Amino acid sequence: MDQAALGEIRDLINRHKRWDLIFAAVGLLCLGIAALTFTALVIDMALDGAPRLSADFFTNFPSRRPAQAGILSAWVGSTLVMLVTAAAAIPVGVSAAVYLEEYAPKNLLTAIIEINITNLAGVPSIVYGLLALGLFVYAFGFGQSILSAGLTLGLLILPVVIVATREAIRSIPSAIREAAYAVGATKWGTTWDHVLPYSLPGIMTGVIIGMARAIGETAPIITIGALSFIAFLPPAPIQGEFPFLSFEWLMAPFTVMPIQMFNWTSRPEAAFHQNAAAAGLVLLLMTLSMNALAIYIRYQLRKRIKW
Amino acid sequence: MSKVAEGSLAASSMVVKAETKNLNFHYGSFHALKSINMPLYEKKVTALIGPSGCGKSTYLRCFNRMHDLYPGNRYDGEIKLYPDNTNLLHAHVDPIEVRMRISMVFQKPNPFPKSIYENVAYGLRVRGERKASIVDEKVEQALRGAALWDEVKHRLKDLAFNLSGGQQQRLCIARALATEPEILLFDEPTSALDPIATASIEELIADLKGKLTILIVTHNMQQAARVSDYTAYMYLGEVIEFDVTDTIFIKPKNKATEDYITGRFG
Ligand SMILES: Nc1ncnc2c1ncn2[C@@H]1O[C@H](COP(=O)(O)OP(=O)(O)OP(=O)(O)O)[C@@H](O)[C@H]1O
Ligand SMILES: [Mg+2]
Repeated sequence: MDQAALGEIRDLINRHKRWDLIFAAVGLLCLGIAALTFTALVIDMALDGAPRLSADFFTNFPSRRPAQAGILSAWVGSTLVMLVTAAAAIPVGVSAAVYLEEYAPKNLLTAIIEINITNLAGVPSIVYGLLALGLFVYAFGFGQSILSAGLTLGLLILPVVIVATREAIRSIPSAIREAAYAVGATKWGTTWDHVLPYSLPGIMTGVIIGMARAIGETAPIITIGALSFIAFLPPAPIQGEFPFLSFEWLMAPFTVMPIQMFNWTSRPEAAFHQNAAAAGLVLLLMTLSMNALAIYIRYQLRKRIKW
Repeated sequence: MSKVAEGSLAASSMVVKAETKNLNFHYGSFHALKSINMPLYEKKVTALIGPSGCGKSTYLRCFNRMHDLYPGNRYDGEIKLYPDNTNLLHAHVDPIEVRMRISMVFQKPNPFPKSIYENVAYGLRVRGERKASIVDEKVEQALRGAALWDEVKHRLKDLAFNLSGGQQQRLCIARALATEPEILLFDEPTSALDPIATASIEELIADLKGKLTILIVTHNMQQAARVSDYTAYMYLGEVIEFDVTDTIFIKPKNKATEDYITGRFG
């Protein structure tokens, strides 16, 4: 190839490479906008809220005096609601996904159900709230309780759990399934001994990401009637005397973190806004640590499984 | 037993372990196996050879009813298992029962993401064996049978994925052996392995014959000649010729077989 032709090719390559550069710059800018906005929000919230973060803030009930108000009932409420959410969404979601992947015949009905599950993920959360108000609060008579709230959020994250579980199950190579069947395992044996354990990282990730979303949900919880000012704790689940376990807390009225925040931001006093920022910081931390946990679990369990 | 009798299909001393009778198999509307008839002799190695896509794996996977796992597959005809005279393709015969009697080793090593020990023990657990001492004993026996014991006895709790490819394949053989099957199926067990690992698997197959009946699919003509007693040549879903391996390789009766063996196929 002579010098002229070579030069031409190099020009061409350089011209094409300019697009790489342009796109990289645009991409970086977009990323910067997103990251900057997020960082600015967090910093602003931190500046407002951090001075309020003390041990008292976590152990005090809400109060009319902003300096004494705390998030005790809110974080306890959020934790208990999340417990119910997990207890409801994990068994139902995982079973549904296992059924769809391993057992369901591939017919029109299954296809319709599948499409609807994907659609459910896009239903606005307030619609779940309305459904829950009619179903759990009134029809089942659970009232405006932790149980109703947990089941509502459980319903809300069910599609996420189902989709994540199905994806995890599908990523198991058919060679592994065949290996189990080939030594004489039944369908349930294969599911229990292999499919479920190997899809656990994916299931856990889905569950935790769903929960991280649920913990910040406000609309459906307001709809079913969480109290925004609550100065007592639900009955403790563990009791000093026989039978030691109590489920009374399930029926207790409650509040959760985002509702506490919402309540404080709607007050005129600036001091309450600081409380809201501090509670927001705590909520953000809860969400981030849940996501971190999901990543960690995924990493730990994934280490054992390579294919 | 005279040498002549050994080399002849008519030898009366051969015990038939399984007999395929007029087997047809369909993947949905695709007719993959056509009127297959052939015996499987007890404690002998039978090889299935033939060009890619001729139905070797499909035929092999009829023996442990693997096709039942996927919808739309259909068997016609029989594979009779002796001495009990069970037609293992019959709709009333539970595929799980069949798989408990007939084990399989796959083309690519497919150990479970569990420990070496648990991989071998799984078949025993499926059979409800709970006594640790018996499981221990059978796991060791199977690993010895698969010529892997000495290499792994100090690290039975290690993950199976940490073994080399050849070791993994021998582990899969141990897993298949642990349940003391009557027939062992191999689907190109060495095609994913290097020559040294291949040699060790072939050696193992030579050791195993005499203990149980083996049916092996292979792409490698030399391998078929080395390890098998009987060979079936398949083409487009049919068994073109079945005979004693020496006969197939030295003086096949069918022109098509001869062309394939001598590489004039195509
Ligand atoms: N699940 C399936 N659905 C439909 N057709 C299939 C399926 N599996 C295999 N076939 C077809 O059946 C025929 C036989 O396939 P099979 O896998 O038994 O061939 P093979 O002899 O084992 O080939 P190879 O040596 O490449 O492994 C092929 O034409 C293949 O395309
Ligand atoms: Mg094949």
